[in-house]
Amino acid sequence: MNNRRDTTMLSRVADSLYWMSRYLERAEHTARLIDVDLQLRLDQSPETGSGRWWRLLEALQAPHPEHGAIDSTTLTHILTLDKTNSSSIISCVAAARENLRQVREQCSTEMWEQLNRLYLQVNSTTSSEAWLLHSYVFFRAVREGAHLFQGVTDSTMSHGEGWQYIQLGRFVERTDAVARLIGAYFSRLPYSHDLPVESEEYLEWVGLLKSCAAFEAYCKKYTAELRPLRVAEFLLLNSEFPHSVRFSVDKVHAALQAIAELTERKAEQPVRLTGRLRATLSFSQIDEVMASGASAYVESVRQQCWQAHTAIHQIYFDYPVEAELAS
Amino acid sequence: MPHSRTRTRSFLRPVPIPESARSLLRPPFRNYQFDLAYDEMFEGPGLPRPHYQALFQTLLELPPEEMRKSQQAADLSFLHQGITFTVYGNDEGTERVFPNDLLPRIIPNQEWRKIESGLTQRIAALNLFLEDVYHRGRILADGIVPRELVYSCKHFRREMRNLTVPRGIYVSICGTDLVRLPDGSFAVLEDNLRVPSGVSYMLANRKVLKKVFPTLFRDYGVCPVDHYAQALLATLRALSPHSSSRHEPTVVLLTPGVFNSAYFEHTFLAQQMGIELVEGRDLLVHDNVVYMRTTAGLKRVDVIYRRVDDDFLDPLCFRRDSSLGVPGLFNAYRAGSVVLANAVGTGVADDKAVYAYVPAIIRYYLGEEPILPNVETYLLSDKSQRNYVLEHLSELVVKAVGESGGYGMLIGPHSTAEQREEFRLRILAEPRNYIAQPTLSLSRAPCFLEGEAQARHVDLRPYILYGENVTLVPGGLTRVALRRGSLVVNSSQGGGSKDTWVLRA
Repeated sequence: MNNRRDTTMLSRVADSLYWMSRYLERAEHTARLIDVDLQLRLDQSPETGSGRWWRLLEALQAPHPEHGAIDSTTLTHILTLDKTNSSSIISCVAAARENLRQVREQCSTEMWEQLNRLYLQVNSTTSSEAWLLHSYVFFRAVREGAHLFQGVTDSTMSHGEGWQYIQLGRFVERTDAVARLIGAYFSRLPYSHDLPVESEEYLEWVGLLKSCAAFEAYCKKYTAELRPLRVAEFLLLNSEFPHSVRFSVDKVHAALQAIAELTERKAEQPVRLTGRLRATLSFSQIDEVMASGASAYVESVRQQCWQAHTAIHQIYFDYPVEAELAS
Repeated sequence: MPHSRTRTRSFLRPVPIPESARSLLRPPFRNYQFDLAYDEMFEGPGLPRPHYQALFQTLLELPPEEMRKSQQAADLSFLHQGITFTVYGNDEGTERVFPNDLLPRIIPNQEWRKIESGLTQRIAALNLFLEDVYHRGRILADGIVPRELVYSCKHFRREMRNLTVPRGIYVSICGTDLVRLPDGSFAVLEDNLRVPSGVSYMLANRKVLKKVFPTLFRDYGVCPVDHYAQALLATLRALSPHSSSRHEPTVVLLTPGVFNSAYFEHTFLAQQMGIELVEGRDLLVHDNVVYMRTTAGLKRVDVIYRRVDDDFLDPLCFRRDSSLGVPGLFNAYRAGSVVLANAVGTGVADDKAVYAYVPAIIRYYLGEEPILPNVETYLLSDKSQRNYVLEHLSELVVKAVGESGGYGMLIGPHSTAEQREEFRLRILAEPRNYIAQPTLSLSRAPCFLEGEAQARHVDLRPYILYGENVTLVPGGLTRVALRRGSLVVNSSQGGGSKDTWVLRA
């Protein structure tokens, strides 16, 4: 038995912190996507924007409405305040809070209060026409609530093992969500690789960047001239932007290494998996990626991310007891 | 059991205040009511007791608007912190904030010292009693406590026979309910020897009050309570079976989980003590050793502060349908490799029928007179006492012996004819299962309600720890029956709480 460590972390606690973080990241991502979409819709005729709903549903892995009937009121409701949809914002925030509530003694009081406040705020919102008109206030509150929680977490919780699981959850979720979003755009939207996009499609690509909070950062790097190839490069391979796939995978890898060190536990499998993924992303050339198809590339990223998730689960959260007792 | 037959219901009626005293009642006390119950704050209308003088003065000078704002801020802070409890049998909004009242209840040091020595005496005697009934049973053989009373108790655990517990301590965490009688003396209403709760509210109330009345608090010289968690940890460590052989005992708090009504308290205490909060599914038993499943592998557990009832601890030994417990835990406990606090089977000593014998128990083991008296109690298994009670149901309080939390009670003066008939039938069916007590006029203390001070009935639950020695954190939880005229202080029945200030001098 390993008694050298001076801190202990229950597997269930680690699992809860991991999922709390994933759910909160998911809520924030969903809020940003819908907000961006509703804003873009104001600049477009109702017909132009309709294709985007399908991309949105695909990117969020949300259930498609029956009979294919789509209107923004229904969809917005399903994705935000519908408690029966387990991936709606309200469900994600509630799930994040429930996970944190089960491990309250592990987080700082400030963290719990912040997340509880966000939950109470989201939960007191009721869907109505008036609410829909000013829904941007709601989406901003969710985003800010999530950001504030991250800030509070970073400045009030020890950056030890528990904090690393929170990092892990956030960036595993982000890798998956951003990869899925890129996939949805590149498989559904017609584009030519390296030409500036035409005016009516311009808004769509702005939408993709804004959905990753990346528009301003993109402009700084490439100017406001949007080319699908550059958009893909920025969101997939940029090493400095916090919502890019590569940045997220770097963080996942770092958290895993830290955890392996802290627990003094062999974690070859997930460290190797994420290490390899990290290497792939840092040495990929965007031309090659696009040549073999952006969708296939992000699909493979998601696959490896999923494998890493499964490996983490088996090593830290749900290991076989017999083997432990034998060692 | 001796009992007097003169009792009165008139204390429930307000006492008219003479016109001459009316002028003494200034806001926020203009509508403050008096009855025959002891008033914690006032000797008479407009005449505060010496130790309440400073608070009284502060309240006269404080604009009610200020108080209302403080109350709102306090409520909001409780909500945001999630200091809530769960109400069973209520589908929507199962989490509720535990109402907190801002006016402190003040206890002079001298009174506290008596409470302290009385409770210390009581916990010592009750532990000796438990040790005795689970071993030789001298007190039963000597006929002090009837054998059938102990063996018919539903919390008596045969499995505990001849099992030796560390230091002979069965009850190391205890919360005793005290009430103040009309003559101003304290009496014990109930011993909670299984899994008493509420201590986190004591600590949370104190935190809030220090913000609301900082100067008043300082000037009063109030004994601190913040060291409770530390004292609890020391108590638990003192019970460890391996304290010498290994460096530091691993102590955990076992909770039934997030749906338990006291979950907030479990997380709070675990955090304050810096120990792991575990659920049954986090623990496993192998070769009579208890382990918890951590990210770094399995880790051995030495002491379990369990907040799970006996019945649910181990599905192999007690209730088979329990998913809250740990299979094999009781065997590991019997083998002495792990300690449970409190021990299994302590409920036999807080059975409400055994309660009636506690004064005799104290005399038997300690050879001393009880410092704190009991409340007079009728045992319904006794024929003459039963007949008396059945004739006077509308004046008495009837309680089920094994229940707690204010469930399974009949309050005579507040009951309907149907309720009394229902209890009459229940008593006749199972007399051992019930006791009766006179309807007590619990003392009253001012609470800030609807923008003014109003008198409400209160009790007091101090918390007693017993490890290397007996520790009482000065104060405890003052519970308040917030509904006008109500005598029930339990949180599950519309009660609230307030901070308790024990003065240093």
